[in-house]
Amino acid sequence: MKLDPQLRDQILAAVPSLRAFGISLSGNVDRADDLVQETLLRALANIHSFQPGTNMNAWLFTILRNLFRSEYRKRKREVEDADGSYAESLKSQPDQLGKVEFQEFRTALKQLPDEQREALILVGASGFSYEEAADICGCAVGTIKSRVNRARTRLAKLMHVENLDDFGPDKATRAILAGNDR
Amino acid sequence: MKDNKPVKSPPMQTDATPGKHNSGLNREIQAKIGQQLRAMFDEVVQEGVPDRFTELLRQLDTPVEKPASDNTKDEGRSG
Repeated sequence: MKLDPQLRDQILAAVPSLRAFGISLSGNVDRADDLVQETLLRALANIHSFQPGTNMNAWLFTILRNLFRSEYRKRKREVEDADGSYAESLKSQPDQLGKVEFQEFRTALKQLPDEQREALILVGASGFSYEEAADICGCAVGTIKSRVNRARTRLAKLMHVENLDDFGPDKATRAILAGNDR
Repeated sequence: MKDNKPVKSPPMQTDATPGKHNSGLNREIQAKIGQQLRAMFDEVVQEGVPDRFTELLRQLDTPVEKPASDNTKDEGRSG
């Protein structure tokens, strides 16, 4: 297969954020890298359906997101995850990376419903617009907005409740300053 | 019957943190959430492209089957 060098560069450039997205979805680096690999294979196999000039990142994110969704559903069926124990095990997998300072945040993030978490990551971390995020998730813009809002509210509550003692404004400010000042 | 507005009940607050004195802290937390989200994401992004994917694209990019009738240019090292 001969790949347009420009497209190849765009695809390669998207890999780092694809990995970050995969890790936030799956909570696991190895699974994320497998997802990225599968995404690249699908993308190249279907490169003719990519419209040049449109957002390559969004296109690839859509593929990865759909792969994750279908794989997740499939595995869930396979292990007859009636009581959600597989889903729980996924969520409780130890983080393989991340500084300690992110640990409590990651823990809170994992407690969000999948849809809220993915919406928050797309909009709040990956830099997609609400419209792009809606395209990626195949839902309405309003749905994305409300998912992001609920995610933020929920996170705030989780972090507030669980870390009332060590998450005061002073501590937060200090953490931010420390992060920038290292 | 049109929608008759419930006059009595205040806006439903579910079980969100009550009290306006929390809004400052809330904003603080929201800022922190945004910052942590991006920091967490960027931590991975800054790892760049692992070799495995560069390699994968290179393999897929070059034709797998050797050009059969291509008169091979001298493969012997010259020079």
